Formats: sequence, C-alpha cells, structure tokens
Amino acid sequence: MSLINLTLRIWRQSGPEAQGAFHTYESGPISTSMSFLEMLDVLNERLILSGEEAVAFDHDCREGICGMCGSVVNGKPHGPEQKTTLCQLHMRHFKDGDTLVIEPFRSRAFKLVKDLIVDRSAFDAIIAEGGYVSVNTGGTPDANTIPIPNPTAEQALDAAECIGCGACVAACPNASAMLFVGAKVSHLSLLPQGQPERNQRALAMVKKMDKLGFGNCGNEKRCEKACPKGISISNIARLNREFMKAVLFSNEK
Amino acid sequence: MQLDHRIPSGPLTEKWDRFRFETKLVNPANKRKFDIIVVGTGLAGASASATLGELGYNVKTFCIQDSPRRAHSIAAQGGINAAKNYPNDGDSIWRLFYDTVKGGDFRAREANVYRLAQISNQIIDQCVAQGVPFAREYGGLLTNRSFGGAQVSRTFYARGQTGQQLLLGAYSALMRQVKAGKVTLFPRSEMMDLVVIDGQARGIVTRNLITGAIESHTAHAVVLATGGYGNAYYLSTNAMASNVTATWRAYKRGACFANPCFVQIHPTCIPVHGTYQSKLTLMSESLRNDGRVWVPSKKGDQRRPAEIPESERDFYLEKKYPSFGNLVPRDVASRNAKEQCDAGKGVGETGLAVYLDFADAIKRLGEESIRRKYGNLFHMYEKITGQDPIKEPMTIYPAVHYTMGGLWVDYHLMSTVPGLYVLGEANFSDHGANRLGASALMQGLADGYFVLPATIGAHFATATLPKIDTNHVAFTEAKKTVHERIQTLLSINGKRTADDFHRELGHLLWDHCGMARNEAGLKKALHNLPELKKKFWSDLKVTGSGAELNQTLERAGRVADFIEFAEIMILDALAREESCGCHFREESQTEEHEAKRQDDTFSHVSAWQYQGEGQTPLLHKEPLVFDNVKLSQRSYK
Ligand SMILES: Cc1cc2nc3c(=O)[nH]c(=O)nc-3n(C[C@H](O)[C@H](O)[C@H](O)COP(=O)(O)OP(=O)(O)OC[C@H]3O[C@@H](n4cnc5c(N)ncnc54)[C@H](O)[C@@H]3O)c2cc1C
Ligand code: FES
Repeated sequence: MSLINLTLRIWRQSGPEAQGAFHTYESGPISTSMSFLEMLDVLNERLILSGEEAVAFDHDCREGICGMCGSVVNGKPHGPEQKTTLCQLHMRHFKDGDTLVIEPFRSRAFKLVKDLIVDRSAFDAIIAEGGYVSVNTGGTPDANTIPIPNPTAEQALDAAECIGCGACVAACPNASAMLFVGAKVSHLSLLPQGQPERNQRALAMVKKMDKLGFGNCGNEKRCEKACPKGISISNIARLNREFMKAVLFSNEK
Repeated sequence: MQLDHRIPSGPLTEKWDRFRFETKLVNPANKRKFDIIVVGTGLAGASASATLGELGYNVKTFCIQDSPRRAHSIAAQGGINAAKNYPNDGDSIWRLFYDTVKGGDFRAREANVYRLAQISNQIIDQCVAQGVPFAREYGGLLTNRSFGGAQVSRTFYARGQTGQQLLLGAYSALMRQVKAGKVTLFPRSEMMDLVVIDGQARGIVTRNLITGAIESHTAHAVVLATGGYGNAYYLSTNAMASNVTATWRAYKRGACFANPCFVQIHPTCIPVHGTYQSKLTLMSESLRNDGRVWVPSKKGDQRRPAEIPESERDFYLEKKYPSFGNLVPRDVASRNAKEQCDAGKGVGETGLAVYLDFADAIKRLGEESIRRKYGNLFHMYEKITGQDPIKEPMTIYPAVHYTMGGLWVDYHLMSTVPGLYVLGEANFSDHGANRLGASALMQGLADGYFVLPATIGAHFATATLPKIDTNHVAFTEAKKTVHERIQTLLSINGKRTADDFHRELGHLLWDHCGMARNEAGLKKALHNLPELKKKFWSDLKVTGSGAELNQTLERAGRVADFIEFAEIMILDALAREESCGCHFREESQTEEHEAKRQDDTFSHVSAWQYQGEGQTPLLHKEPLVFDNVKLSQRSYK
C-alpha cells in the first residue's frame, strides 16, 4: 500500500435546472488500496467539516452488482479499468499527481438530479413494457419439467447479468439504450419460458425506448467497452433480429 | 401484553394447509378496495408487491434506491435452498426443516420453519417459470451445490450472483404489475415513521429523497420488508443504505423487537485493510465446498503461504469437525477463525485473517472447472486485493453479515401492531440464533410470494378499518415530529460527521457485542452508549438543507437510529445468559469451547417492547415448544 495525491475536477450542480460547473479539489493523501468511492468519501468528510456540501453520488452495494454507482472518469464511464464498476475501481490504478475529471452519466434520456446523480428511471419504464414472463405466483410446473441445454442457460445468464447502471447509454454518442434492451430481450428469448411473448416483448420494449428519447445504435461499440459486466454487443444483433422477425411475422402491432 | 403466535393446531405437516383452509378469504371483487403499503423492494418486498398486485390489491411500494431492482438482495451470491431432492441424496422437506431448526440452534419456531421448508420447492418452480437462469447440468436439468450445515446438496444457484437473478425475477414480476396499474412505485423514498390509528397500522410518513418533501401515505395495512440492521456495526457486508430506521420507528410505535442480539458474523469475508474502509466484501460460503481453511501451525509464522509445507499447516476445521469439515455452520467457522487469530496464528498484514486455499481442488478438478464455478468471486477478490486466488490462497476473516433478530411476528407474519406485517430479514422469524447459508433468499421469497398473500386476507376479513385520510391528526403529528427531528440534525452544527460517530458505534458493538460477549463487556458498552448519543446530538455536523437531495442528512438520520437501537441489542445480549448459535456468551461454553445452550431457562424468543424515551424496554418471552425435534447440543464433529 502507498499514498498518492490527486487533483480532482468534479462536476457540481445543485439541481436539474441549476447551472453546473467543474470544481477543483486536492484529494490529500489517498491510500492506493482504497476504492474510488472511498476516495470520494474521504473528500466528502473533509468538505462537510469545512462547511461545504458533500459531492452527491449514487452508490449502494459497493460490490459491483446493484448498478447504482457510476460516473464518467476522464471521459470513460466507470473509469479506465475494463469490466469494472466505479465502486470496484481501486486507487492503485492511478498515479501520484494524476488529475481526474469526474462527471455524471450524461444523456438526454437521463436527467441530471444533482452533482454526479442522474435519473435512470427510463430503464424501469422500458422493463415495465415487457421485460418479464407473464406468470402469476403459483400454479407453475415443476422446475425440471423443461430441460434447458446448459450452454443456452449460460448464454441467457450472460445477458441477464446486466446491472442496469446506464454506462452503455453514457458511452454512446447517440445515447442509445440498445445494449440494455438487447440484454433483456436476449435473456428471455433464449429461454423456453420467454417464447410465448417473444414478439410482443421486442416490439413493446423498442417502442418505449424510442419514445423515451434514447437514440439509435450507430454500431460504435462503445457500449460494450464501457459495460462493467462485459455484456456482449451480439445482444444488440439479437435484438435487431428479434425486432425484425416480430415486425415481419407477427400480428402484434 | 400477551404474545400470541397464532400457530394453527394440528400436526406439524398439516398446519399450513389447515391454516389456508380455515382462513377467511377476501372476495376477489373486494380486494381492489384494499390499499397495501409495502416498504422495501428486496426479495421479500418485490415478491410481495408483485403477488399482492396479481391478487387484485392496490399496492404502493417504496424503496430508498432509484430503482427497485437495486435493493440489497441483489448482492446475494451463493444460492437458495429447496428440498427438491433432485440429486437423490436423501433430502426431504423434513430434513430441510430439521437442518434449519438445528442450524438455528433450536431457537426458532417449529411451525414457521416447517412451512418454510414446504414452500421452498414452489419457490424454485416459480423462479424458473419467470426465466431465472439457474445453473444446469449438461442434460439440461437443474444442478445443486452444498452449503454449510447440511450434508445434502440442495442449493440452487446462478453462478455467484443468485441474489441478482432472483431479485431481477421478482422485480420483473413487480414491473409487470406496475404496468398493469396495480402497483404504484415510490423509489428514492425513505420511510420515516409508521402511523397507527385506533391501534391499527394505517400508513407511513416518508421523506422524498429528491425534493426533501415529507409525505403521508394511507393504507389498510402496512408491510415492512426493509432488510436487516447489520450496519449498526458500521462495517458489514450489507449495502450502504441498509438501515434499522423503518423497523426502529415501528418499534417506537408499538411493534416488539425480537432477539436483537442475534447477529450473524460470516466467516469468509475479505479482511479489513484501513480506517477509511466503508464496507466489507463477502466471499460466498459456497467457496468452502472446494476451499480448505488453514493457518500456520506455528504462532507468528511470517513465511508466505507457499513456503509453508503441508505438515506445518493447521487445517483446524477439518481436524476439529471431521464429519462437516470446512462446511460447518457459519457461527462455528467464525468463532474458530477468531480463536486461531487470538492465539496468534492469524495471517496477513494485520494478523486478523486465515487462509482459504483452493490448491487441492485445482489439482483434483482442474483450474478451468474451479474458475467456472467461482470465476466472478475470484475476479472480485482480485479487484479488491490485487491477488489471484488461483495462485495464492485467499485471506479471509469474519464480518457482520446478517441479522436473525428483527420485529416480532406471529404465524401470519403480523407484528404486535395489528395490520403491520414484517417480511424477509426485517422479521425475526425462521432462523433462530443462526441462519444457514442459502436460507435467507428462500425465506424472503417464501414470505413475499406465498405466506403474506395467504395471511393478509385474514386481517381484511376480520378487522374494522374505517376510512381515513392524510389529514388525520396521527399523520400531521407524525409529520411534525419527522420535520422537527430533521431541523434538529441540521442545526447542531458541531465538529464531527455522521460517519465518524457511526465508526465509533461500530467499534463499541464489535468489541463488546460481537463474536464473543461477556457480562462485563456488555455492561461497559451499555454504560458508554448514552455518552455517545449525547455527543452525537451535540457535536454532529450536517451540511445543506432538508429541502433537497441531501445524502449527508440521510446518513445522519440513520446513524441516530442505529445509536438508539444499539441499546436493545446490548440489553438483549445481557439478558440471554446462555450461548446459542451466533450469540456466544463466554460465561456459557462447553469444555471444548463450543456454545452451551441452557434450554431450561432460555428456550424462548425475547421480544422487547418500547416503554417511552429514557425508559428501559419491557422484555416479553415467547416460549419455544419442540414437539417434533429432539433438542440436542449441536455437534458437527
Ligand atoms: C453479500 C451478501 C451475500 C448474501 N448471499 C446470500 C446467499 O447466497 N443466500 C442467501 O440465502 N442469503 C444471502 N444473503 C442474505 C440475503 O441476501 C438477505 O438476507 C436478503 O436478501 C434480504 O432481503 P430482504 O428482502 O429482506 O431485504 P433487502 O434486500 O435488504 O431489501 C430492503 C429493502 O428495503 C428498502 N428500505 C430499507 N429501509 C427503508 C426505509 N427506511 N424506507 C424505505 N425503504 C427502505 C430498501 O430500499 C430495499 O428495497 C447475503 C447477504 C449479503 C450481504
Ligand atoms: S455501488 Fe453497486 S454497483 Fe457500484
């Protein structure tokens, strides 16, 4: 373990309508075994004691699974490490004297709430359109009734690992949510349980996505790079196929 | 007050059926006339909200996070138990029931646990139907693994992220009801108080975490599924927002708090490495399937693990507990790790760690197979520590993880406040003095999908629930109290942050009410607590205002409640002069230093009732009766 000093340029904005700006702070000595969020905790403790408001940022599990955390660090959502959420990014990846520019996930579909916090409720709204299998509780068949080939189940899980953090949208020049939607559509369309509503699901989720102001996929692949869970861009290809099939062959509108 | 557990009569195996048959039903057309508030969207809250919505009730669902999908349940790693007996290794509902009662060191109700075991199988069916991608064999059928405290393989899993997949299943069912208009969501809302009118739970007061607005919500029943209070210790494996506020406020409104001293300390967590540390990370217990726990046989051995020959390694769990080996229950594994470290055989920078070694498993099964099983856990470990467990053994140490204590509930999951139901980790129900691995997910989903939807109707069918609105004096009074408290927190303008006080509280509890407890230590903690509380309320610093998003204020409010709550935890630990499960009273141990229960005096649930500010709470005892299992001193030898 060693200590480093950093210059932090952090986006501060008191509310959605307020004027925002970068503020510069010296980090003070930071242990390299701290996590990025612990580094922000240390800064915030100091700010509070000096009477300044703490930097607002979202976080909860700090284990890379809840999808709550996320900021853009030096131009990269969740920072420089691949397949790593901000809470799992450790300071040993930075050098003494580095300057870190920290800003929120910006996108027209994610309204800024405060400082580094944005409103991602659009993701919930998309799921509500069809990101489920319509079964009520009870009356379901024995779990082993339908065998599912192991590779298929694994592939479905690869897609289902999405944590809904929004880094894909923040990374995309078009603010597209195709990776997020593709992951959910893939997860369910790969499994037998997802078949009955397959067409309807793809159509409804895509329609909602468009309506909420997310852009189109321009095949830039930045989403895949930014994804802390390594969700593959092949899920977007599958979404496109599912969508086309649904448009061409189904009676769903 | 008399605690009435309302356990149905009849043989154990028939109670749940009988209950469902004898309970009055609410006519489907009438269900839409009832509003239900559900606080929490973890496995318990999300599954309850979805199912109540499907049944036709009007549900209002609240959570702290920006989306219900982010509740703390998302972080569960290892798996969920069920008595399916798919591996044909001798499992049954009865065995799951027995293991759970025994694992809890005979401090849970037989009837509740049996019902849990019965429902366990339906949960797996439900989740698979929702599209939860559990791990499968090559033939396409579901596969299982073993967890601590069991000699059968009954744990279903989805890599190391079972909680995530189960919660996403429940969340998807919940969002379907949102779309159907049966559930209204209130994310980024924190429950600040419970509103009780004419002795019935009729609503809550919340703080909108974006605008700071204090809001009132009415209902015909209130359901708390707000999780556990492990964060009282500051450092724990819980998510940062996990808190005691909701259950504590309900306690102050008349709900009894049961067994608050039963706190599970999980044996396999990444050791503490600095004062700035904000949380501890769990390494799933499933790792003990293949990992071997050891320390150097010699005290203070500074060699790297690879330099220590097999003959100078002490595989203390395998040696001491030959039949369960590395898979002894959590409390036993944790206490033994502490014992080794206290004896100077701990490893790592601080000496507060033991090894969890995969070398033998890699030799036996190949690196590929081990990576497939535990890849994401290894990955997480490496991210945090910078070391690869394939190359070098993991270092692990126990950490606060789960709280068996919680609000007292009867067989219906109703608290001592009529109309207030409590589900999941927030209640005290099924795990006695120690929870077995993979049983919390099972309980949360059993409560939410199956138990509450079957019991809540009984309340609506029998209670008189006059129409009320948010202008009722009980609401305005509660709002005023919440408002005043916030103003006080903001106006102290002292010199210490809420986190700073929280750390101090954490140390106090860890030192005196942690893995081992004794009368002198507990009394000391009890003595120091009022001073800490006084300092908090006179030297706290909170910046910003109440009328905006203010995380500093949120934290201060939660820490204030943890400080108050700590008192009943310590009182409970003092009152329970036996050792049982996770509660180890040094005064009560066997010659081999194992926990020694005292069934004659302590075979009961302790339920604490609030008596007003500054008054000692009143202790009620619900006797535990065991008709179906024989009480024995637990042995995993
Ligand atoms: C790291 C880790 C791994 C685990 N692994 C396993 C495992 O493998 N198997 C197993 O069986 N168990 C496991 N557990 C335990 C299990 O995850 C939890 O006990 C369980 O998920 C709790 O679920 P819950 O629904 O009761 O509450 P939680 O998931 O904690 O949800 C609480 C909800 O209440 C809301 N809430 C809380 N307070 C308020 C308030 N004041 N106002 C409004 N909303 C509020 C929160 O926003 C959240 O939505 C693990 C636990 C941890 C920490
Ligand atoms: S805080 Fe949960 S993913 Fe980062």
